[in-house]
Amino acid sequence: MTGLVRRYGVWIAFAAVMALLPTGITSSFAMSIASQIGVAMVFALAYNMLLGQGGMLSFGHAIFFGLSGYFTVHYINLIGEEAVPYFPISLVPLFGGIAGLFFGILVGYVSTRRAGTVFAMISLGFAEMVTALTLILSAFFHGEEGVQTDRWVGPEPFGITFGPDIQVYYLIAVWTFVSVIAMYFLTRTPFGRMSNAVRDNPERVEFIGYNTQRVRWLAFSLSSFFAGIAGALHALLFEHVGFETVSLQQSGLVLYTTYIGGIGHFVGPILGAVLITILNGMLSNLTEAWFLYLGVMFVAVVMFAPGGLAGLVMMHEPVWKADPRLMKRLVPSYAASLASTAIAAFGIVGLVEIIYFHSTALETTQGMTLFTVPVDPASAIPWLLCGATAVVGIAACRMSYPVARRAWDRVVLEARSRMMR
Amino acid sequence: VEILAFSLFNGVLYGMLLFMLSSGLTLIFSMMGVLNFAHASFFMLGAYFAYQISAIVGFWPALVLAPVLVGVIGAAVERYGLRTVHKYGHVAELLFTFGLAFVIEELVQLVWGKTPVPYRVPDSLNFTAFTWLGLDYSAYRLFMLLTSAAIFIALFWLLTRTRVGLIIQAALTHPRTVEALGHNVPRVFMMVFGFGCALAAVGGVLGGNVLGTEPAMAIQLGPIVFVVIVIGGLGSLGGALIASLFIGIMNNVAITFGWRFSEFFAMFGVDPSAVDGVVANIVNMTSAQIAPVLPYLLLVLMLILRPRGLFGTRDV
Repeated sequence: MTGLVRRYGVWIAFAAVMALLPTGITSSFAMSIASQIGVAMVFALAYNMLLGQGGMLSFGHAIFFGLSGYFTVHYINLIGEEAVPYFPISLVPLFGGIAGLFFGILVGYVSTRRAGTVFAMISLGFAEMVTALTLILSAFFHGEEGVQTDRWVGPEPFGITFGPDIQVYYLIAVWTFVSVIAMYFLTRTPFGRMSNAVRDNPERVEFIGYNTQRVRWLAFSLSSFFAGIAGALHALLFEHVGFETVSLQQSGLVLYTTYIGGIGHFVGPILGAVLITILNGMLSNLTEAWFLYLGVMFVAVVMFAPGGLAGLVMMHEPVWKADPRLMKRLVPSYAASLASTAIAAFGIVGLVEIIYFHSTALETTQGMTLFTVPVDPASAIPWLLCGATAVVGIAACRMSYPVARRAWDRVVLEARSRMMR
Repeated sequence: VEILAFSLFNGVLYGMLLFMLSSGLTLIFSMMGVLNFAHASFFMLGAYFAYQISAIVGFWPALVLAPVLVGVIGAAVERYGLRTVHKYGHVAELLFTFGLAFVIEELVQLVWGKTPVPYRVPDSLNFTAFTWLGLDYSAYRLFMLLTSAAIFIALFWLLTRTRVGLIIQAALTHPRTVEALGHNVPRVFMMVFGFGCALAAVGGVLGGNVLGTEPAMAIQLGPIVFVVIVIGGLGSLGGALIASLFIGIMNNVAITFGWRFSEFFAMFGVDPSAVDGVVANIVNMTSAQIAPVLPYLLLVLMLILRPRGLFGTRDV
């Protein structure tokens, strides 16, 4: 029993959190966010099969996400018109996955001959082509409007109609759980290991006798399969698919989600999906500048923490294993760094919001509120206050970061010497 | 014939504009191995700076000042951004420039708003230069053409005839040897990056008032510039010129003529009125509709069949 818990404890906890989450949620908005997190998780993990595990940077992975969404809504509409035999709605994501797989096999065949920049550019080319096609093939894509659907079709087994939000949430939760487990165990198979090997040293893999293109192609196709599942879940959740789901922006969003979460660890994209989806849901209503903050966050991660959030957390694992008490020594300097970062961010965000207010002032006539405090954007006081906060925060960052770095170095040395003993 | 001449003229013009972006990008790419995603963003910055500066001191100072400003920004980006990321490899550099392009677009929206700004052709050049075969050719477009041609010649001369150009060319292929000879290669990289950005900004100053100055202009033009440098071949200025002209002319001819595919399909006995749905979309396509797809089709085909491009000496 204890062995079972130790072995599968993480998965049991994961399932428990997803199963119990709706009991803590009262608003339909939060429920929608919870469902979106599931979709983002599957998509980001699928994307990381390429970027993190296979070393292929794609700028067009959303085409599988979006195309499978289009196929899903058309399929549900056909079920509604009784033009095709009934297929249970709860299994429709599998159909979406197969649609993704089909296009993944096609596109992957031509694009996986080489990794690196060539692969990235081919993926960009395909992304642009598919986006342009959504406007040309209007009978299928319906141009800029997109395609509507109604997931409430067919028989209702056990009274499940997928009308209420909570039923859709559980549908997405189950598919997310199954997909996450499947993708995790894929990384443990010989194929998963070969995918890592092709990422790290393709030349050597060829000498051992593997065909690197085959391995990449397989990884690409499987990744498209899971992206397709995510696309179908997305379509079921919103009951609408538009051309933006195949666009470069959507591909960029999954890239940001995955990379900010961390591409080096399996848990990274999960963290990223939770964080970015919640921030996106909350901030995109509050501020016009949310995408600016997202972009700055991404650039900062690329420059200073290429392991992403998961990398930052997992960096501490050896220290924790050596002696958990050592972590205590890091707390003060980390707290100081975090506090000064927060102050700097507070000031800069304030400045950005005032500038934004001025550049869009023609459209909005109502007064401006900054951090729930009503301010007068025309006067100099908010400028000075925010500017001063930003300067103080940046100065504090410059002082506290080196301290945190030294504390970290000392702790690592200490942990190392304890391991030696 | 007059329509053909007119669309050829516009095609050459668009091609020269593309060349101003692609020449800098191809140098940067072949020298540092960085595919600069943000290159078109510097083009956009050039247009916006020109709009802002010309509103204060007029068009002619803006033509000089805006590219200089953008060049300085570009050099700073290389020095403080790219050089930090360099140690993590090419993928990280690519990701950095991708994120940077996104940030620049958002910043432009932050400062100038989401709608296009009224950046207009200067009055001193806003007249008809000549009329040929019944169609007017504006003086500003002629000026654009001449300026970009002059830049091409100057660039070619700079790279092949001067000492600086020789160092740059040497650093393209043998950076270690050049470094061993006592040249500061990272500084050469920084200068080339800044210079490339400034060239893109010249394109922005000249093209912004014709193409329209709006936050989406970078993302519309950026991928096409990649197509140009891949087709032309890495590090090849001549290749970039020919590919730019080719893409520009192809684009304009396809849009102005608007051939219908239904005539083509009719040769195979397909009746456009007898089909429906997606098939009808395909049969009734016009060449104007597929014009945006063509460059990317070329890009994918080129990368698969001949990754070194038309005039390149090594693979991408």
